[in-house]
Amino acid sequence: MKLTGADIFVQVLIEQGVDTMFGYPGGAVLNLYDALYKASDKITHIMTAHEQGAAHAADGYARATGKTGVVLATSGPGATNLVTGIATAYMDSVPMVAITGNVGTGLIGRDSFQEVYITGITMPITKHNFVVRRVEDLAHTLREAFRIAQTGRKGPVLVDIPKDVTGAITEYVPEPPVQVEPVTSYDQAAVLHAAQLINSASRPLIYFGGGVCASGAGELLRELTQKAQIPATYTLMAAGVMGYGDPLNLGLLGMHGSYTTNKAASQADVLIAIGTRFSDRVALDPASFAKNAVRIQFDIDASEIGKNVDVDCSVVGDAAVVLKALLPHIQPATHPEWMRQLQSWQSIDYRPKDHSDRLMPHQVIGSCCELAGPDAVYVTDVGQHQMWACQYIRHVKDRKFLTSGGLGTMGFGYGAALGAQAALGRDQTVVMMTGDGSFHMNMNEACTAVSYDLPVITIIFNNQVLGMVRQWQTAFYGKRYSSTDPHRKTDYVKVAEGFGLKGYHCETLDEFRAAFAEAMASKKPAWIECVIDKDEKVLPMIPAAGNVEDIMMS
Amino acid sequence: MAKEVISILVDNHSGVLTRISSLFGRRGFNIDSLTVSTTDKPEVSRITIVVNDDEKVLKQIILQTARLEETRNIFVLNPANSLYRELLLLKVAADKSNRSELREIGGIYKAKIIDLSPGSMVFELTGEPDKIDAFLKMMEDFEILEMCRTGITAIERGGLSEHLS
Repeated sequence: MKLTGADIFVQVLIEQGVDTMFGYPGGAVLNLYDALYKASDKITHIMTAHEQGAAHAADGYARATGKTGVVLATSGPGATNLVTGIATAYMDSVPMVAITGNVGTGLIGRDSFQEVYITGITMPITKHNFVVRRVEDLAHTLREAFRIAQTGRKGPVLVDIPKDVTGAITEYVPEPPVQVEPVTSYDQAAVLHAAQLINSASRPLIYFGGGVCASGAGELLRELTQKAQIPATYTLMAAGVMGYGDPLNLGLLGMHGSYTTNKAASQADVLIAIGTRFSDRVALDPASFAKNAVRIQFDIDASEIGKNVDVDCSVVGDAAVVLKALLPHIQPATHPEWMRQLQSWQSIDYRPKDHSDRLMPHQVIGSCCELAGPDAVYVTDVGQHQMWACQYIRHVKDRKFLTSGGLGTMGFGYGAALGAQAALGRDQTVVMMTGDGSFHMNMNEACTAVSYDLPVITIIFNNQVLGMVRQWQTAFYGKRYSSTDPHRKTDYVKVAEGFGLKGYHCETLDEFRAAFAEAMASKKPAWIECVIDKDEKVLPMIPAAGNVEDIMMS
Repeated sequence: MAKEVISILVDNHSGVLTRISSLFGRRGFNIDSLTVSTTDKPEVSRITIVVNDDEKVLKQIILQTARLEETRNIFVLNPANSLYRELLLLKVAADKSNRSELREIGGIYKAKIIDLSPGSMVFELTGEPDKIDAFLKMMEDFEILEMCRTGITAIERGGLSEHLS
């Protein structure tokens, strides 16, 4: 059948199983929005306050479901406003298809109104990107974008469509979506070598990251830890994969990981890195990281092997596939001496102190988890609250702790939380934790929460300052608090009311518990401001490029 | 540190060179030279790069480039079994007094004189980079007006490369 480019665009989205997308209209995408209007019974389009929020929403949707997130924006500023969102998804390997309109092909390259070379701008932050210059190429290109986003190591793909292409007519032939083939190849000899190294270890340690979540390998990972009694530590991207009651779960590794995990990495004799990339927030000093260990790395992306830290044995492959191949060759084992050593480190590890006269972040988070129940989804912004969330949330499961790890994007949280809520439905409890710094970046998305009645509960840790940067200034810059104390006078309760949602101001744990319970029961979006002390720190902390010997516990 | 020549076969799309150079720029890969041209297959371009760096960087260049959607194949050429060629165009100040001397040196290197004016001479020389370096060394005694060299293009000896079959 003959269709316009805009109708083909909608048909391909439906083909690919897209039922929810995020975006913001504009001149270059008028035809696309007209086609979406006609298909509004099949695709729900959520219009955000700002294109950045839409990009983070598509990202949050993808992180919460594993499906590809879709975002649409107009040319020029619409497209550039997506950039931070696309880069965030790229750094955390999140599958996303970003579609931008552009000026007509006849106007490209002439500095036309709202023209920008978005494929050039996004080249280093996408897996791939396309400009569609002929309507005949549109359907195929969009299908390719969805295939690439989900293939191998996942990531964002951008498709730029000039306006005249959306209006041109061509033959459309429906196609079923390509079933993305999981990466099933791996080197059997390397797997056997890895098994041999693991079987001969006396102080083994598993260190895993987001690749375990992306491949759905959580169960297999737990099986490996159980079978040979191997303790495990994780990165920010893999919080929640291991159960918190499990003694083999040592917790977070790296800059704000525990003394125990960092000590374990430095003393292990065999380190098994799974779906992780030895980033500078974990292997702070690549030369001394896990220096006593034979290092094994499993990763789906060959270019990650040895990129940051040299390894002795590596297997390129999907985490689930490699673990499945590895498990039969792992001999049951125990490491009582190693476990005793770990427990002795745990006994002197950092513990936050409870207070009854003021709000403590760990107590707020503890109460929140208790009230939100075991199935809540947690989304964070970036900064101190993000680290506290990762350290103290106890009920998290796979795909239920959504945070910007690689790019560290302040302002990520609200959009991502709305995307997760839209994906999982209004009955899902979604809690967004933010700081007063991050929240000021994109709090405008409150209007989206209200318009679409997405009952995200936002907890604002308000310490009046940019706490994480200020913490560094305290530790390394002689308490010269340059531009981290903005003296804002924001009244969150009033602002919330102005947006049309309920706001709460809390200074005690009882107030917080009451506010949270009320917000949960209301099934409406709400903000809960928690006043905390500006000198509250994220501990422990290892300075950049340091190691466990440099750890700060107070 | 070793000099390696890498061949990259890519889709012949507009923008593919930008994508490769964007990757190199972002990752901080330094290269000595880069040449690109179409091949016998209209849908494929061949990029030849010369890299002078340690093995770890070389490996990253290969693996990162291989990740690009438009990369069809990438491999390091075995120097013992490969032909490297480069083209030089050199404009030298030349008059009655040194014209024959220049011609003599050019003759030894089998460089062609492709332009002659009362005050200048243009040489064209094709060969292995070492030969071009040696010729340029000899030319240092003269006044060089302009110079350009293409960078290496390279191919393996014998039948279809094992990397391509």
